[in-house]
Amino acid sequence: MSATIYRHEFLARINSVLVWSVSAAAFLILVFSIYPGFADEAAMINEIWAKFPPELLAAFGMNKLNMTTVLGFYGFMLIFIQLFLAIQAGNYGFGLVSIEENELTADFLLTKPVSRSQVLLSKLLAALTSMFLTTLVVWAGTLVCMALYAGGREYDSSTLLLMMLSLPIFQIFFLGVGLVVSLLVKRVRSVTPYSLGLAFGSYVLAAFSGMLGDVKLELITPFKHFDPAYIVEHGALNTPLVLLNLAVTLVALAACYILYIRRDIPAVS
Amino acid sequence: MSIIEVDKLTKYYGKSRGIVDVSFREEEGEIFGFIGPNGAGKSTTIRLLLSLIHPTSGSARVYGKNVTTHGPEIRRDIGYLPSEVFYYEGMKVIDLLKYSASFFDGDCTQRMRELSEYMELEMNRRISDLSYGNKKKVGIVQGLLHSPKLLFLDEPTAGLDPLMQRKFFDLIRKENARGVTVFFSSHILGEVQRLCNRVGIIREGKIVEISDIRTLQKNNYKKVRVMAKGLKPADVKLAGVTNVQTDNGTLSFFFKGDINAVVKKIGGMKLEDVTIEEPTLEEIFMHYYE
Repeated sequence: MSATIYRHEFLARINSVLVWSVSAAAFLILVFSIYPGFADEAAMINEIWAKFPPELLAAFGMNKLNMTTVLGFYGFMLIFIQLFLAIQAGNYGFGLVSIEENELTADFLLTKPVSRSQVLLSKLLAALTSMFLTTLVVWAGTLVCMALYAGGREYDSSTLLLMMLSLPIFQIFFLGVGLVVSLLVKRVRSVTPYSLGLAFGSYVLAAFSGMLGDVKLELITPFKHFDPAYIVEHGALNTPLVLLNLAVTLVALAACYILYIRRDIPAVS
Repeated sequence: MSIIEVDKLTKYYGKSRGIVDVSFREEEGEIFGFIGPNGAGKSTTIRLLLSLIHPTSGSARVYGKNVTTHGPEIRRDIGYLPSEVFYYEGMKVIDLLKYSASFFDGDCTQRMRELSEYMELEMNRRISDLSYGNKKKVGIVQGLLHSPKLLFLDEPTAGLDPLMQRKFFDLIRKENARGVTVFFSSHILGEVQRLCNRVGIIREGKIVEISDIRTLQKNNYKKVRVMAKGLKPADVKLAGVTNVQTDNGTLSFFFKGDINAVVKKIGGMKLEDVTIEEPTLEEIFMHYYE
């Protein structure tokens, strides 16, 4: 790995990390501030929910989550945090090598005395660092929420921890898949449509999977692999699905390595 | 010692041709000109040698090492100046140069300053604010700052004004005098003629000629022009004479063969003027492309 590339890559993303981190944590804390109201009016809230079509509730996982409990509400919020982090990770994944190729700076970098694997590894580590900085801030935001708004209500802290710790694995999935797709398509002209597509696509699949009931969509969408409703309900991760998720990530990263080593860097066209 | 050895190097991009069976050698200390029109495969060859792309078949060695397996090692002593330069837009010139230098062992600061001063490059400006010519100067400085032993120049003068072009050529000559080997690709024959010892001519992905630049000119035809009263094309009827044109008492033609034959022929005439010229590379070049 090349410290020079790592440093350059990390600094190039520092503003983006700042914006994503602050907005994710701010969103979490702001929305969580309505939780005490929810909890105080539990009976009324549940009555209102009962009037909603069950399909709609299922789409947001609200049929399984009791939003008047601390973990239920946090689980509901976590879906949006996941979506947020998925877009960020997708951005970094799709852009990891494609931005450099689009802006034609890849020639500059790859004519330096570094190997392709060094370049890829340094870039990946820099992107991981950037992503996990955001995760750290989200974790801090979570603790702030608990301190400010849980208001002495009971919750199982190990389940909360499990939800928090599931985030990094979830993020690496989108980084890896984004990267491998960017290496498979001929040219990624703009990163955002791809990352939004991947993140929202998987999210919508997860939502449909909830609505339609017994459809095996949970197999292909990471939002189901780390379904907060499941974690809250069982106090544990859905181990087979998490293993499946890890396997896909590992295969994607291995494929990235092979593809990038053999890649022909496109010239000006 | 051969610095570059290219053996039957072939590159296809899917079905479209890059280069086919290209073979040549470049010796240490040479300035090798690589000429051909756009799309002939000049850049493809350079990109293969830099292992930016991988060959379909054949092999290439630089410093005796295979470019596909020993890329990083080879690139320690290579400088590359592409025809169009692209750098990280948000960076300042000085930061980009430092980033570039950080890939190499040793301290390049002194040389960086010298080169920037020589090329009149302002180091504190942002890359995005630079004109094309100024970006090109950044390219020159970053390509040379680590004192490479081999330089790849891919149509390097595009975007430089004539004054800068001359400075650049002087710089390349100076480097060459220090023992630096130069691989110079261009479609501007004048600059190749000025700078190179040997040339390779590439056409539609294939090498059509590799030769010493002097031999290329010598073995080619001469341009002869004679001025005398009442000259007719029939007066210079000789084997090897082509392209005869008369214009108001001036007769000009191309000649290839033993020059004595022509001299003898026109020696018997009462001449007003005579010139015998070597063709420019341009004219030779056109000959290969006809």
